[in-house]
Amino acid sequence: MAFLQSFLIRTIYAVILLAAVLVLNFSMMHLAPGDVADTISQSMGGADQAVLDQIRADYGLDQPFLVQLGRYMGNVAQFNLGYSFFYNAPVTELILQRLPATLLLVFVAQILALGIGVILGVISARKPNGIASHFVTMLALFGYSAPVFWTGILLLIAFSLKIQWFPVAGMQDVTIEGGFFVHALDIAKHLVLPVITLGSIFLALYSRLSRATMMEVLGSDYVRTAKAKGLSEREVVYKHALKNSLSPVITLAGLQFSAVISGAVLVEAVFSWPGLGTLAFQSIIARDTPTILGILFFSALVVIVGNLLTDLALRFVDPRVGGKR
Amino acid sequence: MRILFKGLMTATVLASMLATGAQSEEPKRGGTLVTVLGTNVRNLNSAVQSGIVTGFPGAQLFASPLRYDEDWTPQPYLAESWEVSDDGLKVTLHLVHNAKFHDGVPITSKDVAFSVDVIKANHPFKAMFAPVESVDTPDDYTAILNLSQPHPALMLAMSGQLMSIIPQHIYGDVPIEEVKTHPRNNKDVVGSGPFKLAEFVSGQHVILERFDDFFIEGRPYLDKIVMRIIPDPAARAIAYENGEVQMGAFELLPRIINRLKKVDNLTVTPEGYGGVGPLDWLAMNTQRGPLKDVRVRKAIAYAVDKNFILKALMQGTAVESKTGIHPDSPFYKDDVENYAVDLDKANALLDEAGFPMNGDSRFSLTIDFGWADVKPQVEYVKAALKKVGIDVQVRASADFPTWAKRMGDMDFDMSWDSVFNWGDPVIGVQRTYISTNIGKGVWSNTQGYSNARVDELLELAAVETDAEKRKALYAEFQTIIADELPVYHINALPYHTVYNDKVGNPPLGIWGTSTPIDMTYLKD
Repeated sequence: MAFLQSFLIRTIYAVILLAAVLVLNFSMMHLAPGDVADTISQSMGGADQAVLDQIRADYGLDQPFLVQLGRYMGNVAQFNLGYSFFYNAPVTELILQRLPATLLLVFVAQILALGIGVILGVISARKPNGIASHFVTMLALFGYSAPVFWTGILLLIAFSLKIQWFPVAGMQDVTIEGGFFVHALDIAKHLVLPVITLGSIFLALYSRLSRATMMEVLGSDYVRTAKAKGLSEREVVYKHALKNSLSPVITLAGLQFSAVISGAVLVEAVFSWPGLGTLAFQSIIARDTPTILGILFFSALVVIVGNLLTDLALRFVDPRVGGKR
Repeated sequence: MRILFKGLMTATVLASMLATGAQSEEPKRGGTLVTVLGTNVRNLNSAVQSGIVTGFPGAQLFASPLRYDEDWTPQPYLAESWEVSDDGLKVTLHLVHNAKFHDGVPITSKDVAFSVDVIKANHPFKAMFAPVESVDTPDDYTAILNLSQPHPALMLAMSGQLMSIIPQHIYGDVPIEEVKTHPRNNKDVVGSGPFKLAEFVSGQHVILERFDDFFIEGRPYLDKIVMRIIPDPAARAIAYENGEVQMGAFELLPRIINRLKKVDNLTVTPEGYGGVGPLDWLAMNTQRGPLKDVRVRKAIAYAVDKNFILKALMQGTAVESKTGIHPDSPFYKDDVENYAVDLDKANALLDEAGFPMNGDSRFSLTIDFGWADVKPQVEYVKAALKKVGIDVQVRASADFPTWAKRMGDMDFDMSWDSVFNWGDPVIGVQRTYISTNIGKGVWSNTQGYSNARVDELLELAAVETDAEKRKALYAEFQTIIADELPVYHINALPYHTVYNDKVGNPPLGIWGTSTPIDMTYLKD
């Protein structure tokens, strides 16, 4: 019951938050000088004044600000995210077309980073001064501080140019023919380098955090008790300590959901990955307000859903969360 | 001049080889050519969308009445012949009889008339068909364009991507102004060109397939063209190098061009951009502050060292341009005032204009730029003008629209700018210098430049049907603008086409990749 109530309250907050996100961003976009008519004209190599005026009239850009805002919010209230000025297509269609690519990239990167990160964290926590531990620390530091466009290009030069194992760009090779498995393998090949690039950031976070919490847990009383009972080191670490050290890591993983958009933009740009990040980037450049707002709307939704899922996961590993005290 | 001459030589040799069929290698049928686009495609229908990105797929999907060879001579394409009446007011096109749209419907003069209407109503370059008052269609294969005044620019405007013939039975179901948002501009496109649309996934690729009923026997040679969309120039460079992509155009970054030139199996060439005619220049607002005085503008030209820009910043990839017309154009005039760097002269001119040195400074100006690639040029101008006592503040713009708005409102002192010729001077040159186009949005006469003689010359040249006289008019125009400097012309944009050894007969004519590549083939 308490859960349902908190869920309802959260939903109401979420709607208010979404509306605020849209109004604020719409206003900010409007404040910036110039508009999408300029970028359309740029894509065409220039245009006569009459053509520019016509474009502005077609898209209602010549109307007063409040009229434009009212129209837009009215449409959104009816679950209509509008029509992209730049791509001449419904925004929802554009986003849904790009969403799978981004979800694939981000989920694979997240899951691998989470799994490997926790394992590395645990290994290094068991012998904090060992060689393995120093190696993990260095790896984490490097992964976190190296800019993705640099690591990305470096990987491309190494594994697409010098040793030609992986393709340069995009998500699939349209020239190959074959069944489902051929295409799945092809996408997997295209996925490797972007996942490594994106995953290295997450990996750094997870391995550092799980190392720290694991060390803390290993020093706690109940671990000492478990050891005193004569349990094996392995059993103590993986049965007792690991579960207790996971909740901060899961919280962090949940927060990282927001990176579906922010973190993937650069990686998508380097690898020409046809996802939402690329679309967001291009729409901002093009001043395509409906598309940008649509993407913000979707990413806000993802963050909200991500937070809910994190909550549920935390309840699972730590019964104290959300329960009656 | 040497480059032009070289270009002409190659063109002549090529043309004679084609004519006699004495090519060293017989073109081969079949194969998939993998190419690349640097930007996502907004609209595949080149009758309503111009620009260098749409140009490539557009010219494959849609045929135009004429095509141009490497030496700026019009050639038959969808029109097997054409004639211009003596008074220049009637242009008659005789269409080939066997041309079909991709859905099998014959291409007739009605479609030509329809396409002209659509282009007039939607295309961003109004100057192309403004004098066309009506199109008569006495029979299915004859289209007569009736003009309000002689319009020699029409010839180039009927070629490349500029006059795409689109089917009336497909695009005629909406009001003519709404063709620009027609749902079949990007999906189920029915075109008239050598290749038909197989698939377009926004942000990923355009795939074209050979149109078997194309009206030129035996062509195109390729079975398929894949256009991958890879916006990152570094990733594109790697794709050329490892062979994933076989051909691409409009590569612009000097360090990448120079790197690719060193790769064994790649050819990197600046040929094929005379039609698009991209120019880089320093724009000066002739209606603001000290820049009103032509002596100040000249002093700036003397202080800015073009050679530094060409050698250090463009790293030898770009050629100098001295006027508003692209150096590859037959109208280009090479012997105009060139302002070889001369700081004494610059200082003397500034003194004479009434701006004496005050300490180490005379006055200050701002300089704008619209995209990050040209920031080094802008920073260089700042440093160069410091030497003659002009303090320059660099104003960055958050993005292109911000800069475009400043330019359109003439809210700037100086700015770096890149403007394209788009074939005939009437289409892409006139707009920058004629006084009737002052302050009409970005890439209009944003310099506020007004000279009665220039206006007169441009108007006369626009209607002059005699090629030599027309050339003389544009020559005088170029001399005047080089003297009065509404813009200081610096260089042609170093666009390069990259292709590997497997590609036979890549498109290197005046329209580059914005032409049908029905003659391009893949070697074994």
